[in-house]
Amino acid sequence: MAAPMSNVEEIRSRVILGEFGVKNVHTTDFPGNYPGFDDTWDMKRFQKNFRIDVVHLDENSMEFDMVGIDAAIANAFRRILLAEVPTMAIEKVFIYNNTSIVQDEVLAHRLGLIPIKADPRLFEFKNTEEEASEIDTIKLQLKIKCSRNPRASKDSSDPQELYLNHMVYSKDIEWVPIGNQADVFADSCIRPVHDDILIAQLRPGQELDIIMHCVKGIGKKVAKVVNSRLDTCSREVLRHSDLKNCVKLGRVRDHFIFTVESTGILPPDVLVTEAIQVLMAKCQSFLSEMNSVDME
Amino acid sequence: SMAEEGEKKPVLEMVQADGADDGCVTFVMHNEDHTLGNSLRYMIMKNPDVEFCGYTITHPSESKINFRIQTRGGIPAVEPLQNGLNELHEVCQHVLNTFQARVNEFKEAQEKPME
Repeated sequence: MAAPMSNVEEIRSRVILGEFGVKNVHTTDFPGNYPGFDDTWDMKRFQKNFRIDVVHLDENSMEFDMVGIDAAIANAFRRILLAEVPTMAIEKVFIYNNTSIVQDEVLAHRLGLIPIKADPRLFEFKNTEEEASEIDTIKLQLKIKCSRNPRASKDSSDPQELYLNHMVYSKDIEWVPIGNQADVFADSCIRPVHDDILIAQLRPGQELDIIMHCVKGIGKKVAKVVNSRLDTCSREVLRHSDLKNCVKLGRVRDHFIFTVESTGILPPDVLVTEAIQVLMAKCQSFLSEMNSVDME
Repeated sequence: SMAEEGEKKPVLEMVQADGADDGCVTFVMHNEDHTLGNSLRYMIMKNPDVEFCGYTITHPSESKINFRIQTRGGIPAVEPLQNGLNELHEVCQHVLNTFQARVNEFKEAQEKPME
């Protein structure tokens, strides 16, 4: 059996799961809080103890352990992944013709949620004042008309057979290169990430003629991070009266399990890299602001 | 005040009570929230010269935080702020380097078939 941990050591390094609540949630290892401990920030010590273990990595998801870092910083990476990693998304929808039963505004909203496969690192943030240009905008077109299928059998009642183009999918969206984009992005064809998102249903004679502009923005739905693998923080054992005084449940305070799911635009490892760089950029921007302006 | 003249909105402002010394300052950080607020607070709290450090989000509909620092021994509050930002940047750099190294190792191991 492992040697019992001293009370102070436990408060410092463990989050305790009790029967009726969670104890020692907050970080307390700050200078002056514990006599006999030197809790001053020590970069060398951090670098020695910090560890990352990649458990799983493929095109769409990854899982890794981050150990030896405070929850505040690990959580900052998680928050940035969720809300601040830039993506290309449909921002403006110009509807030239829409005779379908889907209202213009509903259609525009549906289009706005379709993830677009384009590397956001290759685009600039768009200045709201200026005209759209090749460095900040992707132009997409959706032009489709439904008609009767002349080869359908007379007594058929199946829309699949009766009509042509009656289901409009994301794969019907076409990229219209502007400026030099056709050359620059020749290898990486820009299109929706998924081909099978149903946008609208049409009947013969109905048509859609739409131009969309995608710009770089900080999407709120880029990736998803959850901090649990196998460990569901179950406290079931504490419901059994014969066991509850024999066990103590704790979680190591500085061990985080990251699960990152990408929407398919960028691989998950690139998303994490981008997220770390976003936090670095925040620090840098305030540092240069402090240097440029006299703080006195 | 740090507010710059002209068209651009300020990124960082300093607010001090009348007669307060340089060691007690509230920094207004625009376009920031818990993401930078909490991680920066952790780094600054690790500084033994800092007596108090905390932040608040002024209102859910405003995108700024009030970041308060009080120091010990008459040290100007901008010093721990600057150190904290530098250290947080350094921490991120180390996390980034470690992450990329581990990911590269993982990819190489995946490409090689098992012996």
